[in-house]
Amino acid sequence: MIPIEFLLLGFLAVTAVVIARLDYLFAAAMLTGIFSLLSAGLFTLMDAVDVAFTEAAVGAGVSTVLMLGTLSLTVREERKRPVRFLPFLIVVLTGGALFVGTLDMPAYGDPAAPIHNYLAPDYIAGAEAEFGLPNIVTAILASYRGFDTLGETAVIFTAALGVMALLASGRVGNRVDKK
Amino acid sequence: MKIPVMRMREKLVVRVVSRFFIPFILLFGLYVQFHGDFGPGGGFQAGVIFAAAFVLYGLVYGLENLQRVVPWLVLELGSALGLLLYGGVGVASLLLGGNFLDYKVLDSHDPMHGLHLGILLIEFGVGLTVTASMLAIFYAFAGRRTA
Repeated sequence: MIPIEFLLLGFLAVTAVVIARLDYLFAAAMLTGIFSLLSAGLFTLMDAVDVAFTEAAVGAGVSTVLMLGTLSLTVREERKRPVRFLPFLIVVLTGGALFVGTLDMPAYGDPAAPIHNYLAPDYIAGAEAEFGLPNIVTAILASYRGFDTLGETAVIFTAALGVMALLASGRVGNRVDKK
Repeated sequence: MKIPVMRMREKLVVRVVSRFFIPFILLFGLYVQFHGDFGPGGGFQAGVIFAAAFVLYGLVYGLENLQRVVPWLVLELGSALGLLLYGGVGVASLLLGGNFLDYKVLDSHDPMHGLHLGILLIEFGVGLTVTASMLAIFYAFAGRRTA
């Protein structure tokens, strides 16, 4: 019996290779959505439900739609190019180095890992006692790291502002470039 | 490969199923927004789920109809108001004698209430900004026509 994590990871790898190999961009865009959905499944298995939510809604949902929207403005086929060896080699080497790097990391969920012994114990003890919030993630995001979240919200706002300024120029009232 | 051209809004099954699903997606978004203190999720997740429901509507029923439901002006105001609400909570806690974003001073009787009120408000601000920003980006992309 293969654990479901390995199954999902295998699907993830297959999807990644297929996306890289495909010339047909419409299918590649849909496959990136599937990639995100598989990642969301993995995040759920790792008990990172908040991240899984975001990955499913943004990665599989909104960004796939944006990619399809971009594709409708351009061509659906990637231009054929000869396979070049050097970029492939660099990617394989970098991936291999990263893989070797993970061997030095503490085991997944190891309570003795350094990252679990710095601020996390205070957060876990404090979230319930100080805030009365059962969801520690919310306590961290909204309160312990409230300034960061303010900054992140500003970043999202700035991104929307930039897109509005660049792409929606010439817009009058509710009109969006009627045909 | 050639794709048969058929507009989404002509597909009966897609129309019916999405009409069935959209209210539930919106409801789930609200649940994630306002139950974020207790269950998984929060403003950001709720915002993207909420926006995804509108994007689905726009895909199936057309951008023109979606823009009749949510006009541009709402997005421009909404994305700014959310951030303003977040910052406003910080300034309010400053004026009430606390530190910036120190929610405890928001309620003079029970600091715990102030804390929960502050978190509720800033999460709502995040949700508002994220929903409006995501939709604005979708509008900007989908509203363009090939030259």
